[in-house]
Amino acid sequence: MQVTLTVNGQERSAEVEPRLLLVHLIRDDFALKAANVGCDTSSCGACTVLLDGESVKSCTVLAVQADGSSVQTAEGLAPEGQLHPVAAAFRQEHGLQCGFCTPGMVMASVGLLKTNPNPTEQEVREGLEGNFCRCTGYHNIVQAVLTAAKAGVDSPSVSALHPGVQA
Amino acid sequence: MRTFRGAVKNNPMSILGTRVLRTEDPAFLTSGGVYMDDLVDERLTGSLYATFVRAPIAHARILDIDISAALQAPGVVAIYLSGDVPLADRRPPSPTFDKAMVQPLLAKGKVRYVGEPIAVVLTEEKYQGEDAAELVMVDYDALPAVVNPRLSADSVKLFDDAVSNQVGTFGSADDFDPDFFADCEVVFTHEIVNQRVAVASMEGRGGVSVWGEDGRLTAWISNQGAQGSKTALAAMIGIPADQVRVITPDVGGGFGAKFGADTEHGIISWASRELGRPVRWVETRYENLLGMTHGRDQVQTITIGGKRDGTILAYRLEVLQDVGAYPRIGAILPSLTRLMTPGTYSFKTESRATMVVTNKTPVGAYRGAGRPEATAAIERAVDFFALSVGVDSAEVRRKVLLPKFTEPHTTSTGAKYDSGDYETALNLACKSIGYDELRREQAERRARGDVKQLGIGVACYVEITGGGAESGAPHENATVEVHPDGTATILTGTSPHGQGHATAWAMLASDQLGIPIDKITLKWGDTDLIPEGGGTGGSRSLQQGGAAVQKASIELIELARERAAELLEANPEDLQMDTSIQGLKVAGSPGAQVTLAELAAKERLFVRSVFTAPGATFPFGAHIAVAEVDTETGHATLKRILAVDDAGTILNPLLFDGQRHGGIGQGAAQALLEEFVYDEDGNPLTASFADYPFLSATEVPSYELVTMETPTSYNPMGAKGVGEAGTIGSTPAVQNAVIDAVAHLGVRHIDMPTSAQRVWRAIEAAAAGGASASGGTVGSGGIASPDATATGIASHSTPDGKVSTPTSENEAI
Repeated sequence: MQVTLTVNGQERSAEVEPRLLLVHLIRDDFALKAANVGCDTSSCGACTVLLDGESVKSCTVLAVQADGSSVQTAEGLAPEGQLHPVAAAFRQEHGLQCGFCTPGMVMASVGLLKTNPNPTEQEVREGLEGNFCRCTGYHNIVQAVLTAAKAGVDSPSVSALHPGVQA
Repeated sequence: MRTFRGAVKNNPMSILGTRVLRTEDPAFLTSGGVYMDDLVDERLTGSLYATFVRAPIAHARILDIDISAALQAPGVVAIYLSGDVPLADRRPPSPTFDKAMVQPLLAKGKVRYVGEPIAVVLTEEKYQGEDAAELVMVDYDALPAVVNPRLSADSVKLFDDAVSNQVGTFGSADDFDPDFFADCEVVFTHEIVNQRVAVASMEGRGGVSVWGEDGRLTAWISNQGAQGSKTALAAMIGIPADQVRVITPDVGGGFGAKFGADTEHGIISWASRELGRPVRWVETRYENLLGMTHGRDQVQTITIGGKRDGTILAYRLEVLQDVGAYPRIGAILPSLTRLMTPGTYSFKTESRATMVVTNKTPVGAYRGAGRPEATAAIERAVDFFALSVGVDSAEVRRKVLLPKFTEPHTTSTGAKYDSGDYETALNLACKSIGYDELRREQAERRARGDVKQLGIGVACYVEITGGGAESGAPHENATVEVHPDGTATILTGTSPHGQGHATAWAMLASDQLGIPIDKITLKWGDTDLIPEGGGTGGSRSLQQGGAAVQKASIELIELARERAAELLEANPEDLQMDTSIQGLKVAGSPGAQVTLAELAAKERLFVRSVFTAPGATFPFGAHIAVAEVDTETGHATLKRILAVDDAGTILNPLLFDGQRHGGIGQGAAQALLEEFVYDEDGNPLTASFADYPFLSATEVPSYELVTMETPTSYNPMGAKGVGEAGTIGSTPAVQNAVIDAVAHLGVRHIDMPTSAQRVWRAIEAAAAGGASASGGTVGSGGIASPDATATGIASHSTPDGKVSTPTSENEAI
């Protein structure tokens, strides 16, 4: 079957098997590898992307279901060479270690802050309950989302490509 | 205090000891890391995909395997069974273990655990492999499954040629002193379970193998040390190690389970040679939860004795290690548990360990690897003693903590603790969390009979990091090279997979050379580029790998000094390194200077150094957890956890705290939630993330960290390891907190994970009559009887100092 989607602002088409998952379409056909597959039960959230602006686990969506939709992945969050404010906050707060859950975690956080721009710590924890991380114990991920909320997600993108040093 | 006390810190404005953001982050946050399943490489054009057919039954003879239908499935290129693969079985990891317990790379005649690979299917496309694998028909003759390690010795043998199901022992019951507890007024004994958990790195295992026209194998493996993977893989497929090149992509977590190479890596490498095409394999989560080694899984019998005033005099630990179906590194780890038996205390200890096979996934290293089990045992024993004699748990510890020492202290088990100040750590933890106030609140809630009761759990720990390599003293190598454009490259034998070495190692070089960290590139994990290295594990990297980077940087300055002296026609002694110009100046001659980059333009400027440590280091600390338990439902909530961790001098507090957070999370997860469960037939009940209770963000609070810095003299930086400390301290602190919350109801022990059901049953059992209600119950050891482990008062001391032990199979004393 032929599917056509807008992926990170660009129209993309592919010929797919009906059973193909959206995450495999994104990764294998469109070669966008940031979203990862971390489980086979839609439990871990490593594959989270924005589908028509809403965060979804892309392993729970068939590629054909996403036909005609708009998909945003971690690759498309900010212009080349820049970090989206939420991504910048993850860096600022050391909200990532091995990085495997990170693209999904960032997309889930972006989705969370869209619906709740000023969450409490508990709301952040509940909002990210479906995204697993084995490295951070979640502490700095939660801090990152709170930091991003404080800065405002719509604040200008932060160019954080230079290492920062803080006292 | 964030001062870097290293002897070689030469710059008051040094970057060392400061909070530096990671240089590796932008890539992870945009395009994402390049993990095993993300690899794009022209050498992999035309790759086949490997799918493993795995045993669905725990213990059975294989009568027949029919692959005829599967061979007809679309895209199938080949299917291989054990008899097709001429690779040697894997031998047990120690010559002292039963030599009959060998592991075939594909099941041969028998399957011994659910998930054991039976066949490999090679297909053109990934999805085709799963379809074809389902068509492989295997006829089994089921055998009784050995699930309970306590019964393993008397059960059907897993290996026909083995003496029994016992793998081996560390220490012997004959070594135990029959009068060990003779001077004790009270003695308590109890069986506790350090349950089996899934390592569950977010990225599972995977590999790609391809053979070059030169006859060499190139293997990409998601691993923790490419050099060790190379050795293991070469041994498995029977070729010289120099015929193998291992390349490490970004690795999505390891936690101890990605060292070396697994049988699947051997199979795909062999198949790649056989078929003349690259072969890729990336496991599913289901495969990962069955195929990656599990962690922990010890049944521990603790016996602790002392005086009624709360002074502990003697402690004995007996370990029964379930190693799973094949002895892997997990069969060795009880030796580390024994080594760390004495913990932070001065009282006498003795211990032994027995390792047995069962029809479960093999056990391997998991964050802490043998040491968390030791700490959990002694910290639970000390709390058991404290609760039983009615003395405050912090006070009981203060009576018997080893006094502060700055010269090495050798324990009765032969561990040489480099330095320690345990009481300061405990007191700092108590003060920081408001221990006395918490105890007051606890007393008030108890007096009111609140439904929600408060528990305060204390744990002191000391652990061993950067232990010796098999080849001798612990060491690591690094190469530092400055390029003509002023950038630098570091080659390291460590293998970061989240720890931030690209930033940390750059900081160490930058401090010496003045080159900004974003101009320094770290390379690791390519055995052709870096033939030697110990990888990352055992909390060794900074204290050995980082130390090597620092040493190489200093030696590079010396090399540059010689060359600059020649160039500038000056005395080498008159040349001073000036980090502000990234070069050397002649003292007293303004303008007479040369940069490292200029020197590099004339001749390659690099140094390879090996740093050798005098021995392992022993970081320590104290963790205090606060749990709230609903006494009507048994539900326990972790409200607070505060960690005092002393791992010597801190290089980058950002990374240091990140390691602690992760460790605390995993430790709390074991105490509260996680357990890999089998039913009585050896069927796994937690083989997906829908069933395995993986820790989520809602189940833990933010963590409170307090830092101590007692430098070690074992490296110039003064750094010890911190990667595993969080796990080691937090697990018993959280478990003790949950038990403490219901201790006033008569509960003395609840096995991990402290689920609502277990807590509730412990309360009920205690209310129904304490010991008599719990007599004969034992820990589950991973069997699906989580409610069987809750016990009330487990042991009673008698007036003559003897002990009654309703829960122990071994009569103490």
